[in-house]
Amino acid sequence: MNKYLVNLKVNNMPVSVEEGTTILDAAKKLNLRIPTLCNHPDLSVAGNCRVCVVEIKGARLLAASCATPVSEGMEVFTNSEKVRIARKHIVELLLSEHNADCTKCFKNGNCELQDLASEYRIGDHVFLDLVKPAHKIQDISSPSIVKDDSKCIRCQRCVRTCHELQGISALAVTNKGDHQKISTFLNKPLNDVVCSACGQCINRCPTGALTERNYIEEVWKAIYDPTKFVVVQTAPATRVALGEDLGLPPGERVTGHMVSALKKLGFNKVLDTDFTADLTIMEEGTELLTRLKRALVDKDETAILPMMTSCSPGWIKFQEHMYPELLNNLSTCKSPQQMFGALAKTYYAEKINIKAQDMVVVSIMPCVAKKFECERSEMRDSGYQDVDYVLTTRELAMMIKQAGIDFGKIEEEHYDSILGESTGAAVIFGATGGVMEAALRTAYEIVTGREVPFTNLNIQPVRGMDGIKEASIKIKNVKPEWSFLEGVDLNVAIAHGLANARQLMEKVKSGEANYHFIEIMGCPGGCLGGGGQPIPTSPEIRKKRAEAIYSEDAGMPLRKSHENPEVIEVYSKFLGEPLGHKSHDLLHTHYKPRKRY
Amino acid sequence: MTTELLVKELVEKNGRCRNSLMPILQGIVQKEHYLSEEAMLSVAKELDLSAADVYGTASFYTFLDTVPRGKNVIRVCKTITCHMKGREEIIEAISNHLKIKVGETTHDKKFTLLTANCLGWCHKGPVMLINDEVYPELTPAKTVEILEKYGKEQ
Repeated sequence: MNKYLVNLKVNNMPVSVEEGTTILDAAKKLNLRIPTLCNHPDLSVAGNCRVCVVEIKGARLLAASCATPVSEGMEVFTNSEKVRIARKHIVELLLSEHNADCTKCFKNGNCELQDLASEYRIGDHVFLDLVKPAHKIQDISSPSIVKDDSKCIRCQRCVRTCHELQGISALAVTNKGDHQKISTFLNKPLNDVVCSACGQCINRCPTGALTERNYIEEVWKAIYDPTKFVVVQTAPATRVALGEDLGLPPGERVTGHMVSALKKLGFNKVLDTDFTADLTIMEEGTELLTRLKRALVDKDETAILPMMTSCSPGWIKFQEHMYPELLNNLSTCKSPQQMFGALAKTYYAEKINIKAQDMVVVSIMPCVAKKFECERSEMRDSGYQDVDYVLTTRELAMMIKQAGIDFGKIEEEHYDSILGESTGAAVIFGATGGVMEAALRTAYEIVTGREVPFTNLNIQPVRGMDGIKEASIKIKNVKPEWSFLEGVDLNVAIAHGLANARQLMEKVKSGEANYHFIEIMGCPGGCLGGGGQPIPTSPEIRKKRAEAIYSEDAGMPLRKSHENPEVIEVYSKFLGEPLGHKSHDLLHTHYKPRKRY
Repeated sequence: MTTELLVKELVEKNGRCRNSLMPILQGIVQKEHYLSEEAMLSVAKELDLSAADVYGTASFYTFLDTVPRGKNVIRVCKTITCHMKGREEIIEAISNHLKIKVGETTHDKKFTLLTANCLGWCHKGPVMLINDEVYPELTPAKTVEILEKYGKEQ
């Protein structure tokens, strides 16, 4: 469809933009930056913070440029005297209701409000401090998210995130006027309400009102404790995003640098969650094939299809709250993080002759729901808490800075062995569609003895940023033991972001869908857009991280999980076979219904 | 009638779409004088909304209470015209008569005393609302008389 071009002037400079463009975006085209707070590229327009006000010739009032579309002949001024005075006042007013104890704030140095205060050289506050004492009590009930109302400027990015991207609405705007507050149902603690702990709200909070529960000091303490053997694992998506918090542009792969930095921080062994991602494929792929056989051949009614992935702890918690009736569809596989923890404190501890109680397992995750996951009571199969501390990609960047490591200049290093080797199939776990692709690469080969019929093993139909993706793969010329799959169209679906997951679940519930296997990742873009990843986030940034993930995969010598030599070794020396007795004890779990209302 | 049944009845009458939220909440307040946790949860469930969403709407409107209220809710206009015409004396008369302060409910749960922003009766202030009934041109004596009338009702 043809769009009309609209001609206008911004600061006396002519510009033509498509009809419907906002003044904010028209100004961007002229390389004019108008400050924003409530605006976010992932969210609907709110227009409530007012810092983006501009003057329009002939208009009596200033207009919010993020919420005002351009019109023909419009003359806009983004930096007139009127605008500057108003904007400075708006920032001052926001600060009057903001706990500006910046040096004590976890977001110190990465705060959009602080940046604005600095840009406008806000000195003495001209307005009275109106922060309510009651708001200074932080909600630390959740193991993942800290909510501090004294820092909140009520821009409602979190409310829109939770509603529009995640389909949950754990947070809502409550009360009005000077009593307005972003709150849970009846102000209950976050841990007691329907919250997936995904942390997407954290990624979009412009201030320090929503942050992760940080465990930096605890991890330093463990590193310095000579009686502790500290093992660290790194999730797939961390290696394509960590650089952003250390001065590198989005999409830079920093795997070797990250390993090197972790060794310099003092971790005793630097191992890889990618290893257990490969292991997950062995377990989950076998589980899928077993379920298909039980359902299609044995007509076993307890073999529930579609099977759904279980790697994303935010998605799991969402499902426990929202669709408890579909819990049996979930794969029983633990997430790669928890498989790692359980193996580290059993097989690995024994192998390197360290007592499990002396081992501390730390995870570097793109995720804050992982902090919740590691504290789940089901995740103690080693006899101890399998994973002790989870740090976000952001927290790791802080530790690297604290240690004075010049990240760009250090030599690249390799992961330690064993539990350090991985394949390209594991690294793509970090992108939406990645687990599906990895599972198909292995399952197809198990069943047919041949590689998946896609150029360079790249299963394009399951890649990309569409909210819900569907694909169908015809299985032909199978091995004799899989004859029941001959000619079967394997139907798969993939969703990322819980609002999309919700749509897909409704289709499954209504019986309208005919899938065999579904991959869900709780966060937009998959783990690469996780709640623990560097801030800011946007569709462009996530796209760059995804490109980095797929190029990391393409560059790996091994790209199929079942070819990982360490995975083969762990099966032959310890686990036996996928879904075997030991696997069942250590690598699989169960889920529990949680209250939605 | 239980809260759950009441909510079901109101949903039946008003429908399940988001737009029905207000009339349903108003209907509950009419019967139960406030929105209990149980009531808000039932509404959320019936309309497939998040509980926080329902609470957000409920807490926005002054006339949708989320704390228990008495059978008769008195709202005395607190804005400037009524203030100049003797609002304080009216509140004092009510307080003395019912032995409650603004924001409180009598032990027998018959009355709650609140203040309200402008009720639009500036020409006939001071004014109060009891439930949906307006009482203009109040004097302390007249106010007590009105309260006694409500007090006698069962």
